[in-house]
Amino acid sequence: MATWTPDPTFYPSARMAMQAPAEKLAYMAILNIEGTEPDALGVVDLDPQSSNYGELINRIPMPQAGDELHHFGWNACSSALCPYAPHPHVERRYLIVPGLRSSRIHILDTKPDPRAPQIVKVIEPGEVHRRAGYSRPHTLHCGPEGIYVSALGAPDGEGPGGIFLLDHDAFDVLGRWEVDRGPQQLAYDFAWHLGHDVQITSEWGTPNMIENGLVPELLLNSKYGHQLHVWDLRRRKHVQAIDLGAEQQLVLELRQARDPTKAYGFAGVVISLKDLSSSVWLWHRSNGQWAAQKVIEIPAEAAEPDQLPPLLKGFKAVPPLIADINLSLDDRFLYVSCWGTGDFRQYDVSDPFHPRLTGSVRLGGIVNHSPHPASGPLNGGPQMVEVSRDGRRVYFTNGLYRAWDAQFYPEGIQGWMVKCDADPNGGLKLDPEFFLPAEEGFRTHQIRLEGGDSSSDTFCYP
Amino acid sequence: MNALWPWVALAGLGAFHGLNPAMGWLFAVALGLQRESRAAVLQALLPIAAGHALSAAAVIVAISVLRIFFDITALEMSAAVALIAFGLYRLFARHRGRAGMQVSGAQLLLWSFLMATAHGAGLMLIPVLLGMPLGDAHSEHSHHVAAFSSLLGPSAGTALAVLGVHTFAMLAAAGAVAIVVYEWAGLAFLRRSWINIDLIWVFALVGAGVILFVMALR
Repeated sequence: MATWTPDPTFYPSARMAMQAPAEKLAYMAILNIEGTEPDALGVVDLDPQSSNYGELINRIPMPQAGDELHHFGWNACSSALCPYAPHPHVERRYLIVPGLRSSRIHILDTKPDPRAPQIVKVIEPGEVHRRAGYSRPHTLHCGPEGIYVSALGAPDGEGPGGIFLLDHDAFDVLGRWEVDRGPQQLAYDFAWHLGHDVQITSEWGTPNMIENGLVPELLLNSKYGHQLHVWDLRRRKHVQAIDLGAEQQLVLELRQARDPTKAYGFAGVVISLKDLSSSVWLWHRSNGQWAAQKVIEIPAEAAEPDQLPPLLKGFKAVPPLIADINLSLDDRFLYVSCWGTGDFRQYDVSDPFHPRLTGSVRLGGIVNHSPHPASGPLNGGPQMVEVSRDGRRVYFTNGLYRAWDAQFYPEGIQGWMVKCDADPNGGLKLDPEFFLPAEEGFRTHQIRLEGGDSSSDTFCYP
Repeated sequence: MNALWPWVALAGLGAFHGLNPAMGWLFAVALGLQRESRAAVLQALLPIAAGHALSAAAVIVAISVLRIFFDITALEMSAAVALIAFGLYRLFARHRGRAGMQVSGAQLLLWSFLMATAHGAGLMLIPVLLGMPLGDAHSEHSHHVAAFSSLLGPSAGTALAVLGVHTFAMLAAAGAVAIVVYEWAGLAFLRRSWINIDLIWVFALVGAGVILFVMALR
């Protein structure tokens, strides 16, 4: 039902959203490792005044097992204030939680009790298949005129992957987004430059290329994604493919400048076949054409074969594996998760062409198993990262994707969630009090913060 | 003096429409901010006003034509039903507007036309067009109907004046808000002050319908 004044969590600009009050709750995807019990959406208490601070205070199990909860997001956000399709009197209220493997999409209502969201609707995989031709829903963002969901492929597990739309109100699947996909086949993440009517998408692999694990032959033959795609957001047309080079494999997370007047953003590349390094690329527009260039390269670290999983033994090195990145709302700090080495880095990207390393912490890692002050040695590594709206608190978890977790951490990842405090002038330190281990038999994945976070909203005003 | 009321009402409705962020001033401000240019704000306002005027003109022409063929009471009655139905539809209408920030003047005009039409901006003018006297001068009701509509019926000049007064008031209100917000106020106030004008419009549309209904019953 429409409200009388706008949802207080909607902000015209990212700059204004930085003034938002500190979050008191987080929602977190919790994955059953065996896939035999239902996954759950967890609720974490983030209120430092609370006696349950840093604890899992609730978990809402999904109706069935085997979903593989992964990414999720809100029904509505600050893009509701966009001038050409204004509808600011909706509420940021529902969490849309897809199962990446099952293709089932769960709608949870956080309003009656934010600490105990309730499942109010389940979109069965068949509806997505029938109405959009897609399967394996991944990333979703609340757009000005609907909820956009990326999907990795078709129901048979082949390509193409792409984007479909859900309507804001009833969460009906409206259909495939693309009118003209051009050469695009692989899909993963997407990001918008709302001020420029541009969408950028990235590439992972089709479901058949990933669901039974990373396939070394495909990787060594450069078959995984290595391109960015530029789209006309209004006409839903492919405009340009930007090839980062066939050796740049797995172009995953995209974070566009939060200021909609800016036309640049960052893309994380998991691995280079040349030297196992990971990199962050800056895409930008110059003279009407889009281009991308490498602005951060993190080298692989030498390691003894007996410290490495079978997949990596021959290489005698542990790759950083940049699996997630995030950007603060003032476009100043970029956070980079190196899931292989356990490195978690903060860069000052005030000059996006020349990032400057301003802080780092180490947790877990294939070789190092770096401990948290409140734990023994850890495994898994920094992965899904979320930044508070004011930019002062950074949370991350350590699971990547079940079938791939087992290849890089064959001993079995013990899930956790941690928090860092970020200095507004640069610098990062672990909160020694905040260490949340996953329940036995479960792992942790994406985190969303109550009221919004640094990657949940897209803004229409500078 | 009483002959002025329809014109005052037209101007008032114009200002009412102009103040609605969904009718375009916010779009003009956004384009100005995106292009870092006050001129862009002003340039956007003209096609926005033109699109609004086109939408209102469609209603004015339709009513003028219908007046030739139909009895005023029948018109009032059917317009009443149409307005109330449309108001209720607006209560449940979904927002599917699609546009973007890289728009030409023609696209802005089309956008504004569609927004005004979808929101029923022109429909709100019907009671005035059918000669509804505002205020409490009920005794002179029939006189006004005759005076105003006899002007409207045959005279394209009056129809243009009606459109001009409404559009100018809309443009003046939208322009004033856009400039104040762009130059001084900023957008932060939207967070609290952007009241649900769509709901007010529902009341305005249904209210106009009810008034027409009462008029028809006289």
